[in-house]
Amino acid sequence: MAMTMTEKILAHAAGLDEVHPGQLIMADLDMVLGNDITSPVAIKEFPKFGKDHVFNKDRIALVPDHFTPNKDIKAAEQCACVRAFARKEDITNYFEVGRVGIEHALLPEKGLVTAGDTVIGADSHTCTYGALGAFSTGVGSTDMAAGMAIGKAWFKVPSSIRFNLTGALRNHVSGKDLILTIIGMIGVDGALYRSMEFSGPGVHSLTMDDRFTIANMAIEAGAKNGIFPVDDRTLEYLKEHGAKEPKIFVSDPDAEYEKTIDIDLSKIDPTVSYPHLPENTHRAKDGKDIKIDQVVIGSCTNGRLSDLEAAARVLKGRKIADGVRCIIIPATQRIWLEAMHEGLFDIFVESGCVVSTPTCGPCLGGYMGILSEGERCVSTTNRNFVGRMGHVKSEVYLASPETAAASAVMGYIADPEEVGYEG
Amino acid sequence: MKAEGKVFRYGDNVDTDVIIPARYLNTSDRKELASHCMEDIDSSFVSKVEKGDIIVAGKNFGCGSSREHAPIAIKESGVSCVIASTFARIFFRNSINIGLPILECPEASAEIKAGDKVSVDFSSGVILDETTGKEYKAEPFPPFMQNLIESGGLIPYIKENY
Repeated sequence: MAMTMTEKILAHAAGLDEVHPGQLIMADLDMVLGNDITSPVAIKEFPKFGKDHVFNKDRIALVPDHFTPNKDIKAAEQCACVRAFARKEDITNYFEVGRVGIEHALLPEKGLVTAGDTVIGADSHTCTYGALGAFSTGVGSTDMAAGMAIGKAWFKVPSSIRFNLTGALRNHVSGKDLILTIIGMIGVDGALYRSMEFSGPGVHSLTMDDRFTIANMAIEAGAKNGIFPVDDRTLEYLKEHGAKEPKIFVSDPDAEYEKTIDIDLSKIDPTVSYPHLPENTHRAKDGKDIKIDQVVIGSCTNGRLSDLEAAARVLKGRKIADGVRCIIIPATQRIWLEAMHEGLFDIFVESGCVVSTPTCGPCLGGYMGILSEGERCVSTTNRNFVGRMGHVKSEVYLASPETAAASAVMGYIADPEEVGYEG
Repeated sequence: MKAEGKVFRYGDNVDTDVIIPARYLNTSDRKELASHCMEDIDSSFVSKVEKGDIIVAGKNFGCGSSREHAPIAIKESGVSCVIASTFARIFFRNSINIGLPILECPEASAEIKAGDKVSVDFSSGVILDETTGKEYKAEPFPPFMQNLIESGGLIPYIKENY
């Protein structure tokens, strides 16, 4: 039977020759992930499974990244719970502040996920690792606890939607603009329960960072996973980051897709999602009337080195507009260090930005940039729901790092071209 | 298993940030989570909800984050069942895993009004709006999920089978 790469990975993980959409399977897991919000719930549940220890101390990653460095006493207690469990179970991949980074930037960087893996994470953006040709999906804390106990998870095999990419993105247009455009086309439930497979001749033009951003936001269209084929760029990334030997699964030419959507990458514009849903997309250049109070550049979606470099290209020699606060959050310690060595922090600070330690912080309204009533933020994060970054009457506009940086300079939602720089 | 209660009615794309805002995720205490349930979409929910009440919503209920705190907050607040046209996938599996009854039924989702008295028979999937007298039938779960639900959630299921 012809299968998609997602079906092939799931069949492999379930020890079956083939699987079909709708089939319920128990799959073996290569990695089980949790953070400081979701792990404490899983850790409380873990003893109820009646297992003495976790299934494999090397295949669990505990990443306290959401409210760290601890934002308050309760957050400190949650982190203490995760730390104590990590010590008790001798978890190999536990990351303390000083080594921790935003989970979905950190795991690929540390080589903890490879092509063909099956990964669950108690965090909705676990779908990020589809960029590496892995099946990875977000689950809840009870699934995480079960995964830690027996190394397995139940899945309903998803049907697939294929996005056939052609051409290449234009200057000042990034993977973020592409995924926002796609969510705008199909809606926040446009891929509900389904797999989003990005394929076609245009894939090769996308950098790995672009692919991470695109796969990361598959959940914002309701998808179970987003996935990219493995090419020489993937293999180079995996090798560079010391990942395990890749298992390469390729979609059969006659595999069944619910539908195929053709996308010409050269037609994508700098795009902004207005409140309060990621599907509410507009062209960045149409946002002149929207004055802003804050810009956040970071997160599991857009806190990687190339994102910071893109923002720095816009901000170099320019000033953040009066009345705007611009917060830069490198996603990991390694990215932080590289950005520092490249001189990006000089550019950021001289332009009037503040640079934070790695944290999810403001993305989910935790801390490090909470909005008051009526405030507006252009953010490179992934959700703009009611109250997401603070007050229920504040607003979040989702955009690429270049658009966010351009907006910070102009004081309103701006297309990067408006700043008039050579990028 | 049956449920009966009055209906709280919400629209499409009710996300986990409004079910339980992230500013309260620095705890996993069930009662504390329940005390902020639906706060950003319906500040009176917590004071009005009674044991057995039912949430009826539109499409893509529970979209957004993976936080199990969302179905936990709803369950702990006393809600006996959530009926929606569709559920976001992580909320769907979290609800099944923790034993919060959910039903997908587009017709019931479209027609049942806030404050209606509704009863649900989970074994048959029959939803009865006692206020209007109209009956609806929800899609039954596949046998694997029925087993999970009947076991009382994922933990007892795994203990029995693995």
